[in-house]
Amino acid sequence: MATQLDDPRIIEFDVRTDEMLVNMGPQHPSTHGVLRLVLRTDGEVVSEVTPHIGYLHRCAEKIGENLTARQWIPYTDRMDYLAGMNMNLGWALAVEKLMNLELPEKARHLRVLIVEMNRIASHLVGMGAYGLDLGTFSPFLYAFREREKILDLFEEVCGARLTYSYITVGGATADLPTGWIETCERFLAQLEPVIEEYHALLTTNAIFVRRTAGIGILSPEKAIDYGCTGPVLRGSGVDHDLRRDGEQRYTEMYDGYAFEVIVEKNGHYPKDHNYPAVPGSAVLGDCWHRFYVRMLEVMQSIDLVRQAIDRYSMATGSWGEPIKLTEKLPKGEAYLETEAPRGQMGFYVVSSGSGAIPWRVRARSSSFCNLSVTHDLCRGCLIADVPAIVGSLDIVMGEIDR
Amino acid sequence: MSGQAFVERLKKVFGDKITGANFAAIDPWVDVAPAGLVEVCRYLRDEPDLRFDFLNCISGVDYFEPDAKKAAKNDWQPHTEVVYHLSSLPKKTSLVLKVILPRWKNDKPGELPEVPSVTGVWSTADWHEREVFDLSGVRFTGHPDLRRILCPEDWVGHPLRKDYEMPLEYHGIRGR
Repeated sequence: MATQLDDPRIIEFDVRTDEMLVNMGPQHPSTHGVLRLVLRTDGEVVSEVTPHIGYLHRCAEKIGENLTARQWIPYTDRMDYLAGMNMNLGWALAVEKLMNLELPEKARHLRVLIVEMNRIASHLVGMGAYGLDLGTFSPFLYAFREREKILDLFEEVCGARLTYSYITVGGATADLPTGWIETCERFLAQLEPVIEEYHALLTTNAIFVRRTAGIGILSPEKAIDYGCTGPVLRGSGVDHDLRRDGEQRYTEMYDGYAFEVIVEKNGHYPKDHNYPAVPGSAVLGDCWHRFYVRMLEVMQSIDLVRQAIDRYSMATGSWGEPIKLTEKLPKGEAYLETEAPRGQMGFYVVSSGSGAIPWRVRARSSSFCNLSVTHDLCRGCLIADVPAIVGSLDIVMGEIDR
Repeated sequence: MSGQAFVERLKKVFGDKITGANFAAIDPWVDVAPAGLVEVCRYLRDEPDLRFDFLNCISGVDYFEPDAKKAAKNDWQPHTEVVYHLSSLPKKTSLVLKVILPRWKNDKPGELPEVPSVTGVWSTADWHEREVFDLSGVRFTGHPDLRRILCPEDWVGHPLRKDYEMPLEYHGIRGR
């Protein structure tokens, strides 16, 4: 048999390799819940990844067609269960848009304060779980130590630690308890120096950088094409954050707040804090950059919470009374997206005008769109890189499956 | 650009493929005929002064009232809508497109209505269209891989249709 070899060093041409289908999940610890990935592999190289989702599907949208707008709030908690406050806010704002409800100033600052605190908690879990994906256990414990304190604070506010249902249509269910602000300030003062430790533990860790830098590169064009949002989009260098670029009803919450969108512009990230330098092996749009954007957003949120505390303390008037549980919805439809920790969370509400129960509710999930790019990112990578890539998207299955 | 001028411009390019518009709504929308959908979307994405490069969401809304007494009071005929929420990252604008379909293709119950797929315009439409197919029962023609995404493959029916009936049993699991 005459076989022409480009490289005479290849002597193993008689060793045939077979394609193999490997199931990752749905109970695999690195899939962040119940995600099943079917990998088509040839040796260590993955040629195709097919995500299978829906294991947590409970058709929250159908449930929403049988409940009033305020009754559906607890169901939004259970979508992105790591950022319940942000989900509550998204739905509350969409319904307020439909009802054309204006909120008192104090209520808006209260909301900023609460959702940015939740963003910190959510990104901390994202950071810890990502370390776990890549084989390091300790950052996870540190992240949970800090998150625990945020949960304690939330427990004081609304009694719940995970599914808050605190922010609701018309405002919030209660005002902040007395003395809460001081505890919160103490927590922030304690958290800020700790973040630098986390940077040392993960962001600049040589092994971590080797596992993430240059892996799973997502170009900005592809990120937009696939509808990626949040840190995934900004990690690719697209300057877009709904807190600045969103609808007026949402951005007015952040009016007058000083914050810079965390994105690499002209080769560098914002320099408002002492952030670690970008390693030479990192390429814009890779797993490392997505992680880095998240870490920087924790710092940004700390600043925002501090500003919100000032404004909240100065504001007079009401913290926003919720609407009646059976308040009638006007006829019409409204769609609104907010910047949740994992990306743009959109809620669409259609009302026939006949009562308090909406005709149709729809949740546009950020993780759902972020995950849809996996098959493209994982094409041609190694098996060990699949958890690194999926982990860097920071998905929450509750939100994807709804 | 005002809404009126924008729709006039679309009508000039696409003629009767633009079937209507609503400017009074909270999020004003443009109605597009199914036959012209892909062309219109490509135009909206590529035109240098529009650049709707981001597809936020595709939703299916079913308009049907099973209760005949209540149905008599409605000011609409039964139909299904597919709603496209678009936005433009460079221009910071947003737009809503609506495609109005019969509830069943050729009014034959059981035959899903059809709309052309826009996966060729925005890749994110792939999963969104699968979801709308799965839950609202709209068939997207030209979709590369139209199968259920959230419900199991052997699920019967489309849960977000208003005449959907919850199964009594699924693989030995009681439904109600």
